[in-house]
Amino acid sequence: MTVVIDQTAQPQGAASGGKAAKPAPQASLYKKRDPIYPKLVNGPFRQLKWALMAVMLGIYYGLPWVRWPRPDGAPQQAVLVDFAHGRFYFFMFDLWPDEVYYITGLLVVSALALFLVTAWMGRLWCGFACPQTVWTDLFLYVERLFEGDRNQRIRLASQPLSLNKASRKTGKHVVWLAIAAATGGAWIFYFDDAPTLWNAFWAGTAPIAAYLFFGVLTFTTYSLAGAMREQVCIYMCPWPRIQGAMLDTQSLQVTYRYDRGEPRGPHKKDTSWAGRGDCIECKACVTVCPMGIDIRDGSQLECINCGLCIDACDEIMEKVDRPIGLIGYDSDYAVACRSKGETPEYRFIRGRTIYYGVALIVVSAVIVAGFVLRTPYQLHVARDRNPLFVRLHDGSIRNSFTVNLVNRSYTSKTFVVSLDGLPAPRLQAPGLTADVRGVSVKVDPGMERAVRILATVDPTSLTTALNPARMTARIDGKVLTAQTVFITDGARP
Amino acid sequence: MSHREKDEHSGIDTTGHEWDGIKELDNPLPRWWLYIWYACIAVAVVMWVLLPAWPTLNGYTHGVLHQSDRVQVARDMADLKARRGAEGAMLTNASLEQIEQDPKLQTYAMAAGQAIFGDNCAPCHGAGGAGGKGYANLRDDVWLWGGSLSDIQQTITYGVRSGHPQARLSQMPAFGRDALLKPDEVNDLTEYVVALSHRKADRAAVYRAAPLYAQQCAVCHGPAGLGSQAVGAPNLTDADWLYGSDRQSIHDQIWNGRGGVMPAWTGRLDPDQIKAVAVYVHVNSGGAAAKTQ
Repeated sequence: MTVVIDQTAQPQGAASGGKAAKPAPQASLYKKRDPIYPKLVNGPFRQLKWALMAVMLGIYYGLPWVRWPRPDGAPQQAVLVDFAHGRFYFFMFDLWPDEVYYITGLLVVSALALFLVTAWMGRLWCGFACPQTVWTDLFLYVERLFEGDRNQRIRLASQPLSLNKASRKTGKHVVWLAIAAATGGAWIFYFDDAPTLWNAFWAGTAPIAAYLFFGVLTFTTYSLAGAMREQVCIYMCPWPRIQGAMLDTQSLQVTYRYDRGEPRGPHKKDTSWAGRGDCIECKACVTVCPMGIDIRDGSQLECINCGLCIDACDEIMEKVDRPIGLIGYDSDYAVACRSKGETPEYRFIRGRTIYYGVALIVVSAVIVAGFVLRTPYQLHVARDRNPLFVRLHDGSIRNSFTVNLVNRSYTSKTFVVSLDGLPAPRLQAPGLTADVRGVSVKVDPGMERAVRILATVDPTSLTTALNPARMTARIDGKVLTAQTVFITDGARP
Repeated sequence: MSHREKDEHSGIDTTGHEWDGIKELDNPLPRWWLYIWYACIAVAVVMWVLLPAWPTLNGYTHGVLHQSDRVQVARDMADLKARRGAEGAMLTNASLEQIEQDPKLQTYAMAAGQAIFGDNCAPCHGAGGAGGKGYANLRDDVWLWGGSLSDIQQTITYGVRSGHPQARLSQMPAFGRDALLKPDEVNDLTEYVVALSHRKADRAAVYRAAPLYAQQCAVCHGPAGLGSQAVGAPNLTDADWLYGSDRQSIHDQIWNGRGGVMPAWTGRLDPDQIKAVAVYVHVNSGGAAAKTQ
């Protein structure tokens, strides 16, 4: 299957702002940034982006303030990364540092989901959900408030410095800084009790790390969303490079339907549309683009698939009384088919989506199963290797074990530890009570405890030097086991 | 070799040295570099005044700050102790039994004890405490001087034959070397000790040695050979042998009467450290009560 795509691709940025960059007299290794002044557009995609922005920023700023009841002593904050005590609280769940692989699993699942969505619908993440896109959108909104829409901003930029210009610029930067500070400020509340930290923060008594991260995130938000914007996506982010491996000719992307649009050219009112394409060269799609590209050049690295050019083009198409959708979600394959006069076929189930989907389901199932089946108790056993065993005065053999018991619950628990698989082992654990059931170890809520357990066996009842055994801990009807080995010198008296 | 010439590209003289056709331009040092160098010299002069610097015939110049790493270490250690505060002094007011029974104190003592044991005790008793020939195994249930918490604390504090006035003290005579017994009698006693530990021995020798044992050995080792922790006399009937269980080793021990030395740790370890290491040793040995082996 060969698909010919109209690739009149120019060097990126060349079409931005309507100005073609003149070649510099001496070749430079660095490309000067062409400023981009995206025009405000109205339409379903713009509305969707406003709504998503409200939801996502609402979650980001509000989540640390959600309370969640937990048993005494534990933090009452719904989402809290408690580094000081080594806990991650998320509503009804709490993770210990040794369970960080669930987070890793979540990241793997997210990555696979991103692969699958990209294979189907292109860069949905980039266009709608990426923090860089969301905050840049918000900063552009502020910029429009102070400096007006595209044409006014371009005019303002070319004007010499005046009181008007200075006050507008100052106002914009002040609001940007306020948003950036609120962003950095919200971040730190994920790491400490929010109301307490709020008071401490203003009183100047918060931990130095809180001020440090507040400063760092204020700076990154201000510089990435205010100054760097599309350059983050084009030069810094790896995802535009990686996405090339996820996309194929069947992926739905924001696409200029050149089969319908070409040959393009200005169109006079009340003249015929016969023999020409629907693109009237109005550049509405270019002026609204936050990345400063021309979507008509085809699928390109800079395009974040935000759909704003769809809104802009549809508006124009309605005005000139042509069907909307000259730019829309479409696959390269479908466009190529139509330009050859064939009826395109959309295939959502294909090799790529099948194996991304299967991988996603398998990994999700493993992670969810592991998470659901995890117990709040754990048992680890380390047997002494120096000495491997000790011979007691009566010739019996003793092995020593360090038994680590973890109680992740919120109540004090007593584990009964025994050594199974050996003939009549005698257990000793100085400082603890040992009876016929085993050694009773009380572990405080949310604590781990390491105890020494010494097991003595009459070697005449053993036939080999290495005797597999199981350390068993019984707790609340649950039985935890850990494989270990009981070692003797192997010599029979 | 040295041949200064003007470099035609830059118009600067070369240093006159040449290595395989490579020449070096004799550029002057940058000014900023030179100034930093002068500043370093000035700083060095200030340092001579402030800090210990020059050796003299019978000492060194102390500098006006009287800086001394030795004093600083002592100050840091005192500071550390102050900062640990009540946490660091957890063991001070608790008895050995309380430390062993309390989960928090036991965890603290075991961690501290392991470190102290590794630094101070491991050279003789081994990192795992299993000892070796002539060095007591601290992991089994056999104790020359008693295996209770207080016995262990006593032994660590004052040592064995350490020269400290309160040290545990006893001496087995060198029956052979000092000619207290004849070689044949030592051989017979060897058979007797072998028999005591429930092994096959020469019956005739055992009978000959019985009165000798009663006369020479029973005072410390007891008539039945069970030993005595009061004098550090080992039990001769069990499976544990400090110097070896074979006939040659037993014979050598009767002949030479060896006895090990353990230093007194009082003064080298503080009382809390001794408590910690006593609990560590006691827990790892199975926690014998204060009685016999």
